[in-house]
Amino acid sequence: MTDMSYAPTRTQSPTTKLVLRFVLYILLALFALFYLMPLFVMITTSLKSLDEIRTGDLVSLPREVTFDAWRTAWSSACTGIQCEGVRPYFLNSLLIAIPAVLISTIIGALNGYVVAQWKFKGANIFFALLLFGCFIPFQVVLLPMAIVLGKLGISGTIPGLIFVHVIYGLGFTTLFFRNYYVSIPSELTKAAMIDGAGFFRIFWSIFMPLSLPIIVVSVIWQFTQIWNDFLFGVSFSQAGTQPVTVALNNIVNSTTGVKEYNVDMAAAIIAALPTLLVYVVAGKYFIRGLTAGSVKG
Amino acid sequence: MSPILEVKNLYKNYGSTEVLKDIIVSIEKGDFLVLVGPSGCGKSTLLNCIAGLEPITGGDLFIGGQNMTNVSPKDRDIAMVFQSYALYPTMTVAKNITFGMKVRGIDQATQDAKLKHVSTQLQIEPLLHRKPGQLSGGQRQRVAMGRALVRDPKLFLFDEPLSNLDAKLRVEMRTEIKALHQRLGASMVYVTHDQIEAMTLATKIVVMKGGVIQQIGTPAEIYNRPANLFVADFMGSPAMNLIPAKTKKNGKGTQIEIARNNADPIVLTEKRSTDLPENIIIGVRPEDIVDAAFARTDDTQQADCMIDIVEPAGADTFAVMQLGGKHVTARLHAETTAAAGTSQRLAFDLGKVSYFKPETGLRLN
Ligand SMILES: Nc1ncnc2c1ncn2[C@@H]1O[C@H](COP(=O)(O)OP(=O)(O)OP(=O)(O)O)[C@@H](O)[C@H]1O
Ligand SMILES: [Mg+2]
Repeated sequence: MTDMSYAPTRTQSPTTKLVLRFVLYILLALFALFYLMPLFVMITTSLKSLDEIRTGDLVSLPREVTFDAWRTAWSSACTGIQCEGVRPYFLNSLLIAIPAVLISTIIGALNGYVVAQWKFKGANIFFALLLFGCFIPFQVVLLPMAIVLGKLGISGTIPGLIFVHVIYGLGFTTLFFRNYYVSIPSELTKAAMIDGAGFFRIFWSIFMPLSLPIIVVSVIWQFTQIWNDFLFGVSFSQAGTQPVTVALNNIVNSTTGVKEYNVDMAAAIIAALPTLLVYVVAGKYFIRGLTAGSVKG
Repeated sequence: MSPILEVKNLYKNYGSTEVLKDIIVSIEKGDFLVLVGPSGCGKSTLLNCIAGLEPITGGDLFIGGQNMTNVSPKDRDIAMVFQSYALYPTMTVAKNITFGMKVRGIDQATQDAKLKHVSTQLQIEPLLHRKPGQLSGGQRQRVAMGRALVRDPKLFLFDEPLSNLDAKLRVEMRTEIKALHQRLGASMVYVTHDQIEAMTLATKIVVMKGGVIQQIGTPAEIYNRPANLFVADFMGSPAMNLIPAKTKKNGKGTQIEIARNNADPIVLTEKRSTDLPENIIIGVRPEDIVDAAFARTDDTQQADCMIDIVEPAGADTFAVMQLGGKHVTARLHAETTAAAGTSQRLAFDLGKVSYFKPETGLRLN
């Protein structure tokens, strides 16, 4: 250390630094362990046979790995009187979540674009009201929503659930896109207008290509919300249209015979997989999008 | 032939604040109109109104003889270069330049030909495949110009296109824009708050303040015959000396007395028979106060003045003194003998002097 022309006044000795580092990592590891424990228990339990669960230890590894519980959970576990596993409900959830995420993201992007870049009279009030929509508790909208769905003739159907989720998600997606688009200089819109582009052309050619990061944010948020939703799912569905969260609840709660913990665990993991997948896949694009898309121009 | 641009009694309000008041301007084909004025005086707003990007509150706007007051920007046959350049960040330089043509459905061959022509003209061919984020400020500025030039419009609008560049590049680009204007013979409206840019580029200058036009004229008119104290002070660097003075009439003309601290007043004689009030402000450009030794002998009047500060500036030396309670700058020869704290014989040239009424600030002669 010969070149010490500039050194902060309070330096720590290298050993102190090392010890602090060490303590930090230990703490982080403990927290990680704490959070991963339930997942560990779920996975190991789902791979055990019922016998082993009854006799064995909760945290021990399975003596004999078996996928029977997964098979049962997927295709033959009983949700009340039917015994078809979570498969049909998983499918329902996909049928609800995918269109609802896409529609609410597209409309949210358009809304945000209008509110941020095409200042119309009352734009601020419109936006404030939309924001207010974000903070209305689920319970409050249940009854009015049921009536609206009834009037529209789509109560108990999958389009009905899509409709509910789109409406409820719009406040959030609009907020995301508006906050992203207000940081884009309005001169970009003006330049494009002079170039002859109209409302949709500007949105499509100028704003969409800039939007990858915020689209990813919106998709992650909406997908997680919609996939994990239970209240709307249980309130606005009927026998054939229940989402996987409702089915999971029914499997766990159907108390005929012995409690099959391994099946419950497997079903729970299956129900959680898509959101995990979205995080793993899109999370990467999220970071990439944030660093690549520079609005500076 | 009708003027390229005619703005008739234009008003613009934002809510209850009046931003532009009774703007009347017109330009002919090939004119280079420069809008100058201090920050916030409404230059960009006026440009946006001409472009149709802001609706106007009152008045009419004609481009190429057609009433464009309620026509959308894309149908006004204009091109605009923004202060921030506003290049489309996700498109390459080539796409940026051709976007307008693509939107208007112009065929690919024409697009390519025009792109080639413009990029050669602006020397940006090597940059065509880059994104705006990978360009320097000067390069972005060129691309923004390119985007306007491919359009070949009736009217170009520029909003402070050089203000983001460093001093040297700014001077270079200024010359290029001037050359471009002469080569194309295009009609332009150019916003700046840099009065040197205004003087060098314009065929016609509009000086604005607080949303009101102060004066319209050629650079020479604005420089030599400013219409009021604001214009006199705003245009020119160093600024015109504005010195309070008293007048007395006698047989030979009007005596103009400028008071001094610790010395007799300077008395200048105005031989032209102008009818001046008792209290006036006289406006003299620094270059009209010179070393007596170097003065053209004929029409000057001389006085000894105490020099406070000497500022050599290469080609000239500026000397600052106190006259009539104001700092007054004289533009002396580079090899002047003037030194701070000493007296120097100076020659005042009243040939181009301006007189203003102190109460109203308006020009008297
Ligand atoms: N959208 C708006 N709402 C209300 N006032 C505005 C709006 N846009 C501009 N103004 C006001 O109008 C006046 C003129 O603004 P403008 O941008 O035209 O000034 P400028 O002459 O271009 O100034 P600069 O040299 O700083 O660019 C300013 O006082 C500004 O505050
Ligand atoms: Mg401006």
